[in-house]
Amino acid sequence: MSVTNTEISDKSNAERLQIRKERFALLRSNKAFIIGVSILGFWVLCAIFGKYVTPFKADDQNYEFVSAPPNGTYWFGTDPNGQDVFSRVIIGSRLILVMSFAATIIGTIAGTSIGLITGYFKGWFDTIVMRLLEAISAIPAIIIALLAIAAIEGSSPTITVLIIAFVFTPNIARTVRAAVLAEAEFEYVAAARLRTERTPHILFKEILPNVMPPIIVEFTVRLGYAIFAIATLSFLGAGVEYGSPNWGTQISENWAQIFNNQWWPTAFPAIAIASLAVSVNLISDGLLEVFEI
Amino acid sequence: MKSFLAKRLGLSVLTVGLAAIIVFFMTRVLPGDVARQSLGRQASPEDVAAFNTLYGLDKPLFTQLINWVKDLLSGDLGVSMSTSRPVSETLIPALGYSARLAGVAFLLIVPLSIAGGILAAMYRGKKLDRAITVGGLSAAVIPEFVWAVILLLLFGVVFRIFPISAMPDEGTGGFLQSIWHLLLPSIALLLVLFGYIARITRAGVIEALDSDYMRTAVLKGYSRRKAVVKHVLRNAMLPTIAVVASQVPYLVGGLVAVEMVFNYRGFGTILLTAVGGRDYAVLQSGVILTSVVIVSFQLIADILFAVLNPRIRQRISE
Repeated sequence: MSVTNTEISDKSNAERLQIRKERFALLRSNKAFIIGVSILGFWVLCAIFGKYVTPFKADDQNYEFVSAPPNGTYWFGTDPNGQDVFSRVIIGSRLILVMSFAATIIGTIAGTSIGLITGYFKGWFDTIVMRLLEAISAIPAIIIALLAIAAIEGSSPTITVLIIAFVFTPNIARTVRAAVLAEAEFEYVAAARLRTERTPHILFKEILPNVMPPIIVEFTVRLGYAIFAIATLSFLGAGVEYGSPNWGTQISENWAQIFNNQWWPTAFPAIAIASLAVSVNLISDGLLEVFEI
Repeated sequence: MKSFLAKRLGLSVLTVGLAAIIVFFMTRVLPGDVARQSLGRQASPEDVAAFNTLYGLDKPLFTQLINWVKDLLSGDLGVSMSTSRPVSETLIPALGYSARLAGVAFLLIVPLSIAGGILAAMYRGKKLDRAITVGGLSAAVIPEFVWAVILLLLFGVVFRIFPISAMPDEGTGGFLQSIWHLLLPSIALLLVLFGYIARITRAGVIEALDSDYMRTAVLKGYSRRKAVVKHVLRNAMLPTIAVVASQVPYLVGGLVAVEMVFNYRGFGTILLTAVGGRDYAVLQSGVILTSVVIVSFQLIADILFAVLNPRIRQRISE
């Protein structure tokens, strides 16, 4: 019995590897996906090494060059505080990337767990959880986040990350639940049950690997929304420190200057947010095509 | 049909009720002291006690929740904690303003997105299709405030085509003038929502174009155009209605940032001010009214969906 089992799993492992190879090849030939990965990779590099390579430090101020237009020394110009816009854009990638990845990872773990459990057990627990999730999604994510940030004394990036993760959990749970509902009908699940495998083993070792594709796609979609939400919250002045090098905050501090024709402290961080958001979208689009969901 | 309506209505009421409970507990149970945050850290214990009595915060949590829900049901939105005026005095007119902006945006978004989706489907796989689907979704992931600021910079400051404020100056202009002021903010909202709706419409149209009944229609001698109008659109509208309803929360959420950039006195601005001033009375009522609006739209969409879809119509009339 055990021999047959290993044989089956060996064969399916080889098959799995083959499928993975084919998918990888498809992704490599997808132009949009490659562009997305390159842009995201650029910002990740900036987030990690940015502080060591920028011409100025994020809070260096030069009062002789206040609101200077782009020039040879200050490539993207300076803001009304005499700070170098270019350096702040490069360094500003760090906070938004760390926050949005952290929020998406936490939300995906929570949502996947809830989705696995509700989809597998169904029944009253499933009904109650799904009703609650529906109620949460009847309030726009940005508004829930604003409410929670107002309610919690002393908001910080950590709290913002937890709130975004909380807001995203329902969507991920719903996606995973739908995939699990379909998956639980298959014979391998019944077989595992007959082998008297423990429930956590069935959920995480048997079902989870088979519902990974929708989870991966959902992860990238949520990552895009996390960037969207965190940028918006920091623009609205919630969840991050005022004056920190962070694209949303930079725009919120400087956008009123556009009426004086000083577009540079606003336009460059705006382009940065747009490029990051679009790169993640191109990646999730590519994955969606390859996984054929 | 009656029992279908009753069931859907019941579920909507349940959703709003649960949302109310979640909102209530978020403001009361999360760490943070309502009175201290409203009055400031230096407030004396007597002031805090007086504040708590005034707003009923000294009662047990459950009693507070019941009282709040009772007040809401009787149309009383509470009293602002920062101005001591009834919340409805500021919130109701603000909701009116937001409804006007959202309405203009909606009238722009729905036809343009559906047209985009149909075009993409008709030119499936061609350049126009790629431009609409990839371009539309790329635009959709860029936050509204980024679009708002870019549009304002380009069309308000550099080219001076549109006004920079969504509010016409006091006493000037009529209805058309106010619509003109709302166009630029509506375009910011359009750019964020176009991609999702167009993509779903495209998928619906493609499915209908490939269907057997389409082939039958063509074989019956219908021209392609007539067949598309008669069969495809009706069937493609179903998923479109569902996705439009699902985008309403995003439209409402997007209003907050867009209203701020365009200096518009809508409910988003009121909510932001309430967040800044820790005015929980305004926040709670504002957020609940939002969820009522959103759930109502979903209810309307569900009913439309059922009415338009013969399969569901038959099932619920049986």
